[in-house]
Amino acid sequence: MRQQLFEFVLQLADTSLVLGHRLSEWCGHGPVLEQDLAMANIALDLLGETRSLYQYAAVLEGQGRTEDDLAYLRPATAYRNPLLVEQPNGDFAHTVVRQFLFDNYHYHLLLALKDSPDAPLAGIAEKSVKEAAYHLKWSSEWLIRLGDGTAESRQRLDKALATLWRYAAELTTPTATEAALQDLGLVPDYGALAPAMQAHAAHVLAEATVPTPQFAPFAQRGGKGGQHSEHLGYLLAELQYMQRAYPGLTW
Amino acid sequence: MVATATGAPTEARVWELLEEVTDPEVPVLSILDLGIVRSVSVAGPQVTVTITPTYSGCPAMNTIATDIRLRLLAGGITQLTVHNQLSPAWTTDWMSAAGRAKLTAYGIAPPVDGTATGHVLNLFGKATAVACPLCGSAHTQLVNQFGSTACKALYQCQDCREPFDYFKCH
Repeated sequence: MRQQLFEFVLQLADTSLVLGHRLSEWCGHGPVLEQDLAMANIALDLLGETRSLYQYAAVLEGQGRTEDDLAYLRPATAYRNPLLVEQPNGDFAHTVVRQFLFDNYHYHLLLALKDSPDAPLAGIAEKSVKEAAYHLKWSSEWLIRLGDGTAESRQRLDKALATLWRYAAELTTPTATEAALQDLGLVPDYGALAPAMQAHAAHVLAEATVPTPQFAPFAQRGGKGGQHSEHLGYLLAELQYMQRAYPGLTW
Repeated sequence: MVATATGAPTEARVWELLEEVTDPEVPVLSILDLGIVRSVSVAGPQVTVTITPTYSGCPAMNTIATDIRLRLLAGGITQLTVHNQLSPAWTTDWMSAAGRAKLTAYGIAPPVDGTATGHVLNLFGKATAVACPLCGSAHTQLVNQFGSTACKALYQCQDCREPFDYFKCH
């Protein structure tokens, strides 16, 4: 059970780290200053959540590895984030759609996870769900604005939805580890989260005047099992460069 | 037992020293104003201070922990543990009345009571009405729910036209 919990906490940590890193790539490049700040702020929240999760994972593992070892010294194949979060930023619409799909899952997951009988995990969720609510509000508002905006913004949003929607299913498809923890009641049943997630998505898409995309039959998955797209390797090369080039480096 | 300069520290003395530790981002606020110190316990020479982060990724938290160490060390406390506690999660409701007054004087609008949404998703609700800390007008507009630091939102006053930070409810 401890091993499974370790793997699950690591998966959550990897997910927030990778998405936080992606968002940080916008820093200084945002379409307007306010949104540059917003994305940097969200990245910072995710990084904070990641640190708490890696610290807890290190305790669960009990092998003497630290949060930094877990973040900086594992290869791409050991990362357990779903494929969605490692997808490149693309244009602003791609970033908004990726964020919306993630936030809708992340917020509802944390909302349930804060009542987990595992106290440390529940504590992290209780802290982060407040921040996740801000994130979901931001990405929901931008999805509406882009969908119900100009012909150009709508065309970009449609393209982003067509590209990224197929990655959403992996978020709530339990791995064997997640299923085992769900049986123990430590992790919420994803089926029970689905109605609230779908209701929120339907509400926002309707406001955006966008028809609900159909789940592609060839839903993309594999990241939670360590099978990643080519993009993760490049991301980690940048994220891990200093520790790889100068092992043990400290500021 | 009365603590002497070289004797065991008292809890009251630790609280006094903590009042002198300020938020590195908003230096007018002490960490007690901010409401992030959850408890102080003293067992002989050993002191434990428990703090709660405002936002998970707040870069000031490491600095605050270091500042607590330095201030208490300067106050003669050598055996110190700073413990980080996530639950219950920090909320702006814990900010003191003195802290709110200091924020306004500093030019940052303090959190408006009773508007902390916590984890509730307020998607299409109205933005909180915030009074301008400079001219006092309530005729202000939310510019960005994310501001210069994790804890602030950006507003603009529609009367005096000054942009200002709002310490957002959380």
